[in-house]
Amino acid sequence: MTLKVSDLAVARGGAPVLEGLSFDVAAGCALVVRGPNGIGKTTLLRTLAGLQPAIAGTIDFPEDTAAYASHADGIKAQLTVVENLAFWADVHGAELPDAVFEAFDLVDLRDRFAGTLSAGQKRRLGLARLGVIGRDVLFLDEPTVSLDGFSVKMFANWLRDVHLARGGIAVIATHIDLGLDAPELDLTPFKAAPDAAGGSDEAFL
Amino acid sequence: MIALLKRDLALAVRAGGGFGLGLAFFLIVIVLVPLGVGPEAALLTLIAPGMLWVAALLAALLSLDRIFALDFEDGSLPLLATSPLPLEGVALMKGVAHWATTGLPLTLAAPALGFLLNLSSTAYVWLFVSLAIGTPALSMIGTFGAALTVGLRRGGLLMSLLVLPLYVPTLIFGAEAVRRGADGLSTTTPLLMLAGITLGSFALLPFAASAALRVNLR
Repeated sequence: MTLKVSDLAVARGGAPVLEGLSFDVAAGCALVVRGPNGIGKTTLLRTLAGLQPAIAGTIDFPEDTAAYASHADGIKAQLTVVENLAFWADVHGAELPDAVFEAFDLVDLRDRFAGTLSAGQKRRLGLARLGVIGRDVLFLDEPTVSLDGFSVKMFANWLRDVHLARGGIAVIATHIDLGLDAPELDLTPFKAAPDAAGGSDEAFL
Repeated sequence: MIALLKRDLALAVRAGGGFGLGLAFFLIVIVLVPLGVGPEAALLTLIAPGMLWVAALLAALLSLDRIFALDFEDGSLPLLATSPLPLEGVALMKGVAHWATTGLPLTLAAPALGFLLNLSSTAYVWLFVSLAIGTPALSMIGTFGAALTVGLRRGGLLMSLLVLPLYVPTLIFGAEAVRRGADGLSTTTPLLMLAGITLGSFALLPFAASAALRVNLR
């Protein structure tokens, strides 16, 4: 299993932001995407995850293996930690493994309502979803926002020792150093030219 | 898909879930109508079928914007869109969950409230039957409207404008069935039309709603 991206161009709100993007990620490998704010990291990840269409190029990986995680965790405040995770496990037809609670330090929080968790605890719960659904290709958008140093390390360990170790793939947009032994991709050289084909907004004015 | 239905029902009955909102609105309207119209029993009997149906329709409309908006705000919707559930199934289950939390309680409560409007005694069973057949259509059409406007700030007004014209046939045939029941006439034709609308909306609108969701998630 590999993630193959060739000559990809992505657009946000109709305006092209990135073009000519090609990379491969092999099974068991991660790719860290870097670039200044507004370069199109989120747009790229959403396009890879299939939430929006690419304006050019191809994205190739086995169907129905991708999961997307963004700034919003998809947590329901009125459900407990266990209920939140059990729902996602159920949706993906997976079991809810006990190891997940340990991997994301949620053991003591199991029966708390998600609405009463702190921002960092919510983030851990949101990330724990990735450990529950059993998807192989993860597209992570700033997964470490509001996590403390210890939690960041914990998440990086899970990514390396559990997810990548079983042949998973991860594409991660982040500003901090996760301590993963992963190649980095700087998006700056791929910034779309303002008048690129595919039609920027000005083309219609 | 059952997991989604179960979660939505659990959310609806928990604090802040909005279960009972439509029912409370329905109750208030039906209690206020006789106070506003006056104590003329014959007049109330005359307007009861229409009033009950209009109130039920508005009560269903009240909670429509929550169908997708909450999932959109907390980020669940993109996660559901990338999950193995087909988005059509998500839309269908959202419609079913909305019906179970508004249409079903309305249907069960309506006969009791018909009493307040001096509904003709032969019409009670038809009120119940017509609401049971017609309210699922209200929920499914509303789900489509909610999918069209998800992600819009203050999309509630636009959604009402989009959805209300689509509600008109349901209202006409629903109220007509109750009226005919009250007059002792055959209710077969309006009920069949109502059933047709409901089945048609459940067959087609999940696809339309999921297409709208896909566009709005971009």
